[in-house]
Amino acid sequence: MIDKKEVEYIANLARLEVSEKEAKKFTSQLGVILEHVAKISEIGTKEIKPTSHAVEINNVLREDKVDNEVSKEESLSNAPDSEEGAFKVPRII
Amino acid sequence: MLYELTAYELNKKLQKKEFSSKELTDAVNSRIESVEKNVDAYVTFIEGKPDNNDNVAGIFRNIPVAVKDNICTKGIKTTCSSKILENYVPIYDATVVKKLKEARVAFTGKTNLDEFAMGSSTENSAFKITKNPWDTKRVPGGSSGGSAAAVAAGECIAALGSDTGGSIRQPASFCGVVGMKPTYGLVSRYGLVAFASSLDQIGPITKDVTDCAHLLKAIAGHDAFDSTSLNTEIPDYPKALTSNVKGLKIGVIKELVAEGIESGIEHVFSEAAKKLESKGAQIVEVSMPHIEYALPAYYLIAPSEASSNLARFDGVRYGFRAQAEDLLEMYKKTRSVGFGEEVKRRIMLGTYALSTGYFEAYYGQAQKIRTLIIEDFKKAFEKADVLVSPTTPSTAFEIGEKTDDPLQMYLSDIATIPANLAGIPAISVPCGLSEGLPVGFQIMGKHLDEMTVLKTAYALEQTIEFKEKPKLN
Repeated sequence: MIDKKEVEYIANLARLEVSEKEAKKFTSQLGVILEHVAKISEIGTKEIKPTSHAVEINNVLREDKVDNEVSKEESLSNAPDSEEGAFKVPRII
Repeated sequence: MLYELTAYELNKKLQKKEFSSKELTDAVNSRIESVEKNVDAYVTFIEGKPDNNDNVAGIFRNIPVAVKDNICTKGIKTTCSSKILENYVPIYDATVVKKLKEARVAFTGKTNLDEFAMGSSTENSAFKITKNPWDTKRVPGGSSGGSAAAVAAGECIAALGSDTGGSIRQPASFCGVVGMKPTYGLVSRYGLVAFASSLDQIGPITKDVTDCAHLLKAIAGHDAFDSTSLNTEIPDYPKALTSNVKGLKIGVIKELVAEGIESGIEHVFSEAAKKLESKGAQIVEVSMPHIEYALPAYYLIAPSEASSNLARFDGVRYGFRAQAEDLLEMYKKTRSVGFGEEVKRRIMLGTYALSTGYFEAYYGQAQKIRTLIIEDFKKAFEKADVLVSPTTPSTAFEIGEKTDDPLQMYLSDIATIPANLAGIPAISVPCGLSEGLPVGFQIMGKHLDEMTVLKTAYALEQTIEFKEKPKLN
């Protein structure tokens, strides 16, 4: 079952920071949950097709025409930080 | 008291001018003022003016309606009861909100939920714990606990919720009100903050089945802004409201009335089924052999989709941002501070299930189980027109009772999850009390057969005559 190292690895993939204490707690809780959900491996499903949507999903296409324009001001209205009409983030390199 | 009436009754009285729209709004507002401190149903209140246009279709004009706070309202905060969206103000309305505006409802406010709709008790809200109006030491259920509690407490007349694994039906059951999850794709999800996109569906929470049919009619319909929206003709749902169930075949799902169900619930449920039988319906027993695998499959599929959907909360375009030196650190700090514990748990569970080496055994296998559940339903619907079960294995539990044990919390969704996996319509109708707490009767129908579900629900409501109200002051 899942160990603390894996929990830390998963947390990093999910862009989450977990403290030592949280890592321990999540390890035991995720362990219990995974043990329960592992039940699904009891059934042989070689011949079964997977379902991703309960209803048939088709591509929806439309003409490439702007009809629902959002202004730059509106787009940026919830931004934690912006400058000159762009989203601003901390340095990358 | 005006706040005790249904939308249908209020609409009749408004038309006869027995009171004004303002008197109705005032009645609900003063009810909110007197009980909200004990219930904590709302995150944000909305003030509006009565509409004076007499030429609006439908029964909801000037009726006080609440909206779950994961449904976008233009210019009004939409928090998902999460710290990460605490100050988020949408720049657009969800399609359902647009439709309710067209119906000229009087919005009361945005209701509390488990953060991002992840939970079964509304205890996972970052802001407050909503209480069950029947017993304020108990949870209202979740995740639409704020909406269900507000309807039950008379803090609004009707409400919208969202249901991914039971989040409308389970709180409706716990709070003694009606809650319906429509067929997947019937109601547009545009503007509903995504949790698990293949399962999420918006639906009504109301005082009775009549209001449910009318509210469903108001929000259903094709929407070009939702690529999963069904392009189908919308029936006139209120026409389903006849109590004629003669010859209707009602299938009791044997696996959902077996072990693990409280005896009080089992008793109230089977008495209710007998009443439908006395009205001429035929009760048959049906088996869904794979149903025990629905819950584990759901708790892999839903977190997997959630881990992907919630990747957008990164502190760049909207929402909370934690200060950091570089971008990666900013992402991590933002998400760690912004998300609550249950949301983190599900993101990690989903990330794990989708990660290299585990994908086939977890997510892949769960999708195949989903196929088996759908096939089980198809076979069961060959024997019955609707399928029924208790909505929940227990009545409302106490606040704090399950917060330390996530798995126990998940198990309260055992009867509601299958309908989401199959995308079929399902309703919960109050059918009695067990030790003073409401019991919900779940009715599931074939794909897009809301009419038969509503008809059965209405017949049940008429024979049961559930008149009890929470004693809340």
